This record gives sequence, C-alpha cells and structure tokens, in this order.
Amino acid sequence: MYDAGKIILGIVVFVLFATFPFYNNAGKVSAKPEPKLDTPVIQQLTEKKCVESKEFMKAEHMQLLNDWRDSAIREGKRVYINSEGKEFKISLQNTCMNCHSNKKEFCDKCHNYAAVKPYCWTCHIEPKEKQL
Amino acid sequence: MKILFPFFAVILLVLLAVVGVKGANLHFLFGVVVPYAAVFTFIIGVIYRVLKWAKSPVPFSIATTCGQQKTLPWIKQDKLENPSSTLHVIGRMALEVLLFRSLFRNLKGELKDSSRLIYGSDKWLWLAGIAFHYSFLIVLLRHIRLFAEPTPSYLHLLETFDGFLQIGIPRLFMTGVILLAAVTFLFLRRLYIPQVRYISLAADYFPLFLIIGIATTGILMRYFFKTDVVGVKELTMGLVSLSPVIPEGVGAIFYVHLLLVSTLFAYFPFSKLMHMGGVFLSPTRNLTANSREYRRINPWNYPVKVHTYEEYEEEFRDKMKMAEIPVEKE
Repeated sequence: MYDAGKIILGIVVFVLFATFPFYNNAGKVSAKPEPKLDTPVIQQLTEKKCVESKEFMKAEHMQLLNDWRDSAIREGKRVYINSEGKEFKISLQNTCMNCHSNKKEFCDKCHNYAAVKPYCWTCHIEPKEKQL
Repeated sequence: MKILFPFFAVILLVLLAVVGVKGANLHFLFGVVVPYAAVFTFIIGVIYRVLKWAKSPVPFSIATTCGQQKTLPWIKQDKLENPSSTLHVIGRMALEVLLFRSLFRNLKGELKDSSRLIYGSDKWLWLAGIAFHYSFLIVLLRHIRLFAEPTPSYLHLLETFDGFLQIGIPRLFMTGVILLAAVTFLFLRRLYIPQVRYISLAADYFPLFLIIGIATTGILMRYFFKTDVVGVKELTMGLVSLSPVIPEGVGAIFYVHLLLVSTLFAYFPFSKLMHMGGVFLSPTRNLTANSREYRRINPWNYPVKVHTYEEYEEEFRDKMKMAEIPVEKE
C-alpha cells in the first residue's frame, strides 16, 4: 500500500462518520415516549375525546393548529366545526391547553423525542406548570 | 434501454417494498435485515475500494495543470493550478472537494453559423452539482434526529436555517426541495444534451432515479402522508442500538424510503458514487506538479539485461577486424 498513513487516516475518519449513530448509542437505552393524558380536566370528562379522532390528531395536529392560527388571527373566525359537527372555540390556550394542561408531560414528550421545536411559544405564553 | 432499465429497477424496488410489507408482512426483513446488510456492505465496500486504490502505484507526476509551473524566481507561479508543495496541493484539493473547482471550468462547445465552433462557459452543471451535494449533505445530517437521543445541538441550528422561511406545517425544509430540483436537473441534462445522452449508461441513470425516489418518498412522508415519526424513530433507534424493534403503525411508504436508501448504500461501493472517496485519491489532482524538480523512478522497473557497445566489441572484435569494421579498441 502506498501513502499508508494518509489512507488509513482517511478510512478512520470515514468509519467514524459512518458508524457515529452506533457508538453514540452504545449502552444507552431510549424508551418510547408516552404522552400523559391524566390531567384533572381530562379525568372529569365523560367522553374522553379530542376535537378530532386520536389518529387524526396524532398525524395532523400541527396542520390543524396552523389552520386554527390562520382562521383565528388572520380571518377572525373563532369557531371550529369538527368532522362530527361539534363546535369548538378556536384557541390554543383556552381550548387545547385547557385539557392538555401538562405541556411537559404531553406536548414535549414526543416533540423532544423527535427533536421537533414548534414555534407555538414564540407568540403564546408558555404555561407555567405546577410541580407535580 | 439505458434509461428504461434503471427506471424500472427503481419502480421494482418500490413495488417490492410495498408488496413485501403490505402483502407479505415482511417488516423484519425490510426494516432490519436489509438496512443492516446495506450499511455493512457500504462500510466494508468503501474500505475495500479505497484500499484497492491505495495499492495501485502512481510512479509518475501526472498532475493535470493549467497554470505556470514553479520556475525562475521572477516568473509568478500559479500555486493552485500548478502546486509545487504539499500546502499548495491541500489548497487545490480543498477547493476541488468543497467547491468543485474543476467543474466550475465546465465549457460548452457550440457551432455558430454552422461553421464556427465556439466554446463558452457553462456553469449550470456546476451550480446543480453543488446545490445537489450540499443539500444532500444537509438532508443526511438532519436525519441524525432519528439516530441519536438526545439529538446533537447542531441539528436545531441546521433546522432553524433550513426551515427559516416557515412555510407550512411541518416547516418546509429548503434543502429537500433544492435536492429534488437539482437531481431532476441533472437527470434532464442527461436527456436533453445529445452528447451527454450518448455517453450516459444505465449506471448513470440508476443512482439518479434512486435519489429522485428517495427524495420524493422523504418529502411525501414529511409533508403529505405524515408518517408516524415516533414509530420511525423507535425503529431507527432500535437499529443503531443493536436491539431492533418493529413498531406498529409505520406506513408502507417508510419502508419504500428505507429500501431505496438501503439500495443506495449497498450499491455505493460498486458504482460511480465512489467518487466520494475517489476525489481524494485522484492522482491528477493530489500530486505535486514538480516533475522538473525531482526525477521519479518507476519503482517496479525490473533490472533490464543490457549489452553495452564495449561488451559487443569485446565479443566480436576479431570478426569486426576481419570485416574491416573500425573498432574503438585495438
């Protein structure tokens, strides 16, 4: 082999890059996030249902929130009618966060796991949670 | 044929993943076995190729140059085009690897008035190439969010810049769009320029279709079908922590994306994509152009048996004298 020093250095750099996820996670255990739904308001609900189905909310909540923002802030429409015809007041803080008052245990669980940083809280005031 | 074969190969891969996951329930094969095999092939294959190159001797100074070589002190040397020291070579290589400098000189020949051949600068290939490579790098680096927990701090910085237009939710990442646009341009360029089309082979189209497929499925998953990211991260984290799991509810499109990516990784060491390593090992770029300063002796020159004139005369002197051929020594 010619220029062995440089070649081996190059290969070492390549292998360090290519296998980073493997040695970075060696010995670490990462658990799947479980968002908590046991806030006092939710527990008092007779029918434990969000504004739309669980599957829809899981996949599309960000889109829904974005639509809500446009509708409330830009068009002044504050009423949302869901797929079942029920009416909800469009408000992050008074509708969503009323039930999901546990941002740290609900929103942040998945967002942190998937490294998502939504920009809700650049305008809204982040809820101050009581220590549980 | 050169276009259709790789095109249908990629279509086949897509169908394979869909049928394998939806029809045959082979989640473990497509989610665990294939990715592991692909990454293994990629790493071992790249090392093998590089070592193989490193075994080839480069005895002569074959650096391609287009500038003044180092010479008399009052003639200015073009240090980047005609490097005479390692430092110059490092500068030249850095510009080549990071900015694709030789591609920047890409020319286009055109017949004007059907008789005059005119060469002009053609930067589109360079522009699409650099846009493609850098977006692909950023897209690759962004994927670390699926492979590390907690995620490294650079990720957030990268995503802030990448998504700073704040279009839609989830935020539109510019690099995804630029990647797809640039790779599409590189494909169309092969189709529309007759000379380039003539020299293009199936091996040129296959990676393009593969990358178009990867970018398309990635964009579909993020913006349109809304794949279960938590489920996907469970799977990827299982892979990298060597305790694979197959979570429920991850759509078939993710497995399509994963199979195409695995194919790209596995195909990498066997293909032109090896220019990733090859660019560093190009003797026409990484050698110092000092052929006039130092004599290079071919290391595998074997000893040649020579018969000098003195020996020849020694051997045939008598016969030469008889034939009245003049000799040097009496």
